[in-house]
Amino acid sequence: MINKIAASVADALADVKDGSTVMIGGFGTSGIPNELIDGLIAQGSKDLTVVNNNAGNGDTGLAALLKTGRVRKIICSFPRQADSYVFDGLYRTGKLELELVSQGNLAERIRAAGAGIGGFFTPTGFGTELAKGKECREINGKNYVLEHPIYGDLALIKAERGDRWGNLMYRMAARNFGPVMATACKKTVATVHEISDLGELNPEHIVTPGIFVHQIIKIERQATQSGGLRKAA
Amino acid sequence: MTYQKRTKDQLAARVAQDIDEGAVVNLGIGMPTSVANHIPASREVLLHSENGILGMGPAPAAGEEDYDLINAGKQPVTLLKGGSFFHHADSFAMMRGGHVDICVLGAFQVSATGDLANWHTGEKDAIPAVGGAMDLAVGAKQTWVMMDLLTKQGESKLVQACTYPLTGIGCVKRIYSDLATLACTAQGLKLIDKVEGLAHAELEKLVGLPIRN
Repeated sequence: MINKIAASVADALADVKDGSTVMIGGFGTSGIPNELIDGLIAQGSKDLTVVNNNAGNGDTGLAALLKTGRVRKIICSFPRQADSYVFDGLYRTGKLELELVSQGNLAERIRAAGAGIGGFFTPTGFGTELAKGKECREINGKNYVLEHPIYGDLALIKAERGDRWGNLMYRMAARNFGPVMATACKKTVATVHEISDLGELNPEHIVTPGIFVHQIIKIERQATQSGGLRKAA
Repeated sequence: MTYQKRTKDQLAARVAQDIDEGAVVNLGIGMPTSVANHIPASREVLLHSENGILGMGPAPAAGEEDYDLINAGKQPVTLLKGGSFFHHADSFAMMRGGHVDICVLGAFQVSATGDLANWHTGEKDAIPAVGGAMDLAVGAKQTWVMMDLLTKQGESKLVQACTYPLTGIGCVKRIYSDLATLACTAQGLKLIDKVEGLAHAELEKLVGLPIRN
């Protein structure tokens, strides 16, 4: 019997090795798998490369992981937030390497890794600092930059509902990077708020098919909190 | 002659005036977000948010916020009937694949031929953050910039060539500012409109560049 339901976060993350590349879902504060990040902190692996859209808010979640000093490098599009002070401090003192990637390239490079694509040409970033040192090519009169896939060892994502085959559904904009990250990593661990019996999830509504998911863990529902908010101009 | 600058609300309304029925629009963080408040309810416009929302509605009433439903600026929003959610790769396929009609972005500098600088001041201590700006700037059918024409120090943000790090080359079609609306063309700036009482020569003097009528 296939059963991807893990007994605990600790069980699901027991085999994370030092030097792993860990993709963590979430945009701002929506879709952040906080329980899995806490589990990774407790598990203790170090020399990690983290892939996330942002670089942590406040003192919890990704910011708490960065604070442990076990992250060597972060690959993200938007590290600067109203309350990204943990990242800011580590970056300014040279304790954390930053690879800044445009958000579309971040999503597409992850997608490429998951889809077995060796690289792709995109017009995004042509002629900018983010294209420095990269191969450029004119195709049909338009300029493109060569971008490479980002492969992960582990994806940590937050979903809404799942089943023992690892099929996942998400809630609202908390979906964000989850489905693409799940495709790009050797192992994907997802939290869900509900575990359904096989066949209960409408197959037309399954967003991430179980082939991309290795372990799921049920976490009690808590409302997503605000954070990192910018005042409207 | 004396003239009044457009207020932030007037500027947002001026941008909204040019957004047609049926358009798919992405509004950047900050000032551009306010454009949504000025699109008449009678006009159906689809707002896209990079974090996977099409058909984004206004801010919820106090107490109704759901932080799984936020815009690119991390502020709570709502979903209109017919709206949809999708993952990040699909969202950026919409932005990069030319499916978004208009994006409205803020800017540090724009060149007369439409080069955009809006992600990094280039200062040594500044933490760079690019987000989706580079994807939108080159991917949307039309990129519009919404900004004050002058810095707080009175320098023009419209320049011959950007000195800040670039977001995209020749990507800005229009600039909506507190003093004038201008088109960026391969031949330089072209006037669309300006605030009442501002003479053409005075505008050119403030900008420091020739502006065609």
